[in-house]
Amino acid sequence: MLEIKDLKVSIEDKEILKGINLSVKAGEVHAIMGPNGSGKSTLASALAGRDYFNITNGKILYEGKDLTELSPEDRAREGIFLGFQYPVEIPGVSMVNFLRTAINSMRKYREQDPLPAGEFLKLMREKKKIVEIDSDLTNRSVNEGFSGGEKKKNEIFQMALLEPKLAILDETDSGLDIDALRIVSNGVNKLRSPENATIIITHYQRLLDYIVPDVVHVLYKGRIVKSGDKSLARELEEHGYDWIKQEVDAND
Amino acid sequence: MTDQEKILNEVTGSDYKFGFQTDIDTETIPKGLNEEVVRIISAKKEEPEWLTESRLKAFRHWQTMKMPEWAHLKIPEIQYQDIIYYAAPKQGAKYENMDEVDPELLDTFNRLGIPLEEQKQLAGVAVDAVMDSVSVKTTFQDTLADKGIIFCSFSEAVKNHPDLIKKYMGSVVPYTDNYFAALNSAVFSDGSFCYIPKGVRCPMELSTYFRINAANTGQFERTLIVAEDDSYVSYLEGCTAPMRDENQLHAAIVEIVAMENAEVKYSTVQNWYPGDKNGIGGIFNFVTKRGICKGDNSKISWTQVETGSAVTWKYPSCILRGENSVGEFYSVAVTNNYQQADTGTKMIHIGKNTRSTIISKGISAGKSQNSYRGLVKVLKGAKNARNYSQCDSLLLGDKCGAHTFPYLEVDNPSAVVEHEATTSKIGEDQIFYCNQRGIDTENAISLIVNGYAKEVLNKLPMEFAVEAQKLLAITLEGSVG
Ligand SMILES: Nc1ncnc2c1ncn2[C@@H]1O[C@H](COP(=O)(O)OP(=O)(O)OP(=O)(O)O)[C@@H](O)[C@H]1O
Ligand SMILES: [Mg+2]
Repeated sequence: MLEIKDLKVSIEDKEILKGINLSVKAGEVHAIMGPNGSGKSTLASALAGRDYFNITNGKILYEGKDLTELSPEDRAREGIFLGFQYPVEIPGVSMVNFLRTAINSMRKYREQDPLPAGEFLKLMREKKKIVEIDSDLTNRSVNEGFSGGEKKKNEIFQMALLEPKLAILDETDSGLDIDALRIVSNGVNKLRSPENATIIITHYQRLLDYIVPDVVHVLYKGRIVKSGDKSLARELEEHGYDWIKQEVDAND
Repeated sequence: MTDQEKILNEVTGSDYKFGFQTDIDTETIPKGLNEEVVRIISAKKEEPEWLTESRLKAFRHWQTMKMPEWAHLKIPEIQYQDIIYYAAPKQGAKYENMDEVDPELLDTFNRLGIPLEEQKQLAGVAVDAVMDSVSVKTTFQDTLADKGIIFCSFSEAVKNHPDLIKKYMGSVVPYTDNYFAALNSAVFSDGSFCYIPKGVRCPMELSTYFRINAANTGQFERTLIVAEDDSYVSYLEGCTAPMRDENQLHAAIVEIVAMENAEVKYSTVQNWYPGDKNGIGGIFNFVTKRGICKGDNSKISWTQVETGSAVTWKYPSCILRGENSVGEFYSVAVTNNYQQADTGTKMIHIGKNTRSTIISKGISAGKSQNSYRGLVKVLKGAKNARNYSQCDSLLLGDKCGAHTFPYLEVDNPSAVVEHEATTSKIGEDQIFYCNQRGIDTENAISLIVNGYAKEVLNKLPMEFAVEAQKLLAITLEGSVG
């Protein structure tokens, strides 16, 4: 589904990703871990098409197509969803209005008619159940005044509604209480299918107890320096990153 | 350069949808302004002697005045002698019967979304359609007359209701008020008159649609609304003009009188031609709008959505004389490209327990300048006066300007006056967040801007709120920052 080949990304002449290789197949869950500032969010943003990151080298193929040729909105319409590490507040724009605009933009792209208001509201109700989101939240402005945890839940709610093929969740577990973590994980698991794939960026092995990954990668200084199965996450939890850092820095 | 900057630089505001000109026989008088011209206008309108004299008095006064320069506007000198002060679609008298209306005219108003056939209109909206200097058709007059409501063109009112006109015209905005008020009082063409008798709730929205068509002409309309005790009316005003390279002058006066317990809602969707992307052409819009809450417990609300005009100079105001009277001003002013707006309000608290609310939302894009200017004045006798003002500015891009000029004069210690102001930018983060959910940048801006202006748009009558939302989106098309 996703093939990243020797991807280099810089911002204002500073190289942040220094040659990423990653291959994600339909049905898989990949976890990306790594110390702060190693480039995890940068990778997520580059996949979503944030324009201030410059791709200086490499390729991103999504379903066989060159992703870099698509605008951010077309990537979203092609089924790429980014759960933001820091969801953005949009005052004055209600969640309902925002999501209806989103869904109908996607439908239009697929040459479908807009969803009638009644059906849309029904869909909202259904999906709200998946993440046990307060119905009051969806009547408010997008993320405005939401607590940290509510913002994260809201990302998963949107993901449930938009039904992406490739979901990239950037630290969606940070700031969640234990119950919320369970709810969010259940939500993600419910949406798992042989047709879609998930990339989970996280600092905590705990999340991976709930959402069991097929592959765990460690990103460090802009490179994937180690990949393994879920036991790698446990190792990191126990020993931290020092041993990996030493390995890598020794080779530098 | 980011994609968004590219759009900002490439796209140059969308096409102005109402820029067409109607080819219709127009009767005009020679350009220029002097006493003779004032007399001709008065004669064309078959006005009584007193009105001709009143025009002349205003004209003589205007000659002694200078154009005000305090506004945050850069305006080339206006050549008053190059303007035509009277233009009217030929056929003279107003159309009684739809069959008599020139099909070109009908078509024009159809294209503007204002069908003049009553059966085709939005239910519940009566329209007075004014093209250049004359009213061409007023709908639903009979329905309204059944309730004793007078809704007609100003010229008709002068003929049929001279006592009311004599009593109220100039009572809120005297010709001495300011430069443009004096000019208007001398050469005003047509406009609307509404009279709501005691105890009557007007059953439909009353509206006037102003259209400038003829080239080189100015439009100088006058509107007068009188709401007697315990009455209610909601009035709407819309405006458009063809695209032209030269600037055209529009200087209007609106006066509102609200008696005891009366309520008047006045809404404007101003979409005069704003000029092109390089700032060529467009309407110079100098308007004096003022209402007086004469009776106790009366209320006047101004709601305006200002998207058009090259230059806007406009401060719809309330004189709160009656005790417990209420004044409101809700405004969204959008400027793009080289547009300039200096707009706001004046709330003059005279009576006890008077209250006023000001909500102003400025949206600036392109290289435009957008200023809020507002005065809250509490006189000695205005015990317990209350004012709340909120002035927000939203910037799209970094080549535009937003300014706030609040003035406060409080002469009564029991008054409570609050002022809040914010300035924000549409963030790239907000736009990217929308993009990531499949919403393209144009729609994202429209969503964000409409969300920002929602408080004001919600005050508009339903049918117009939808129009206004679309208009905001169109005005800002291609202006991302
Ligand atoms: N917009 C930006 N401008 C300048 N530098 C940036 C920008 N975005 C990211 N960086 C830099 O790129 C590097 C990688 O940042 P990134 O956000 O991808 O890290 P991360 O792995 O997600 O870290 P964390 O675990 O703290 O979320 C950091 O050094 C960061 O300061
Ligand atoms: Mg990060």
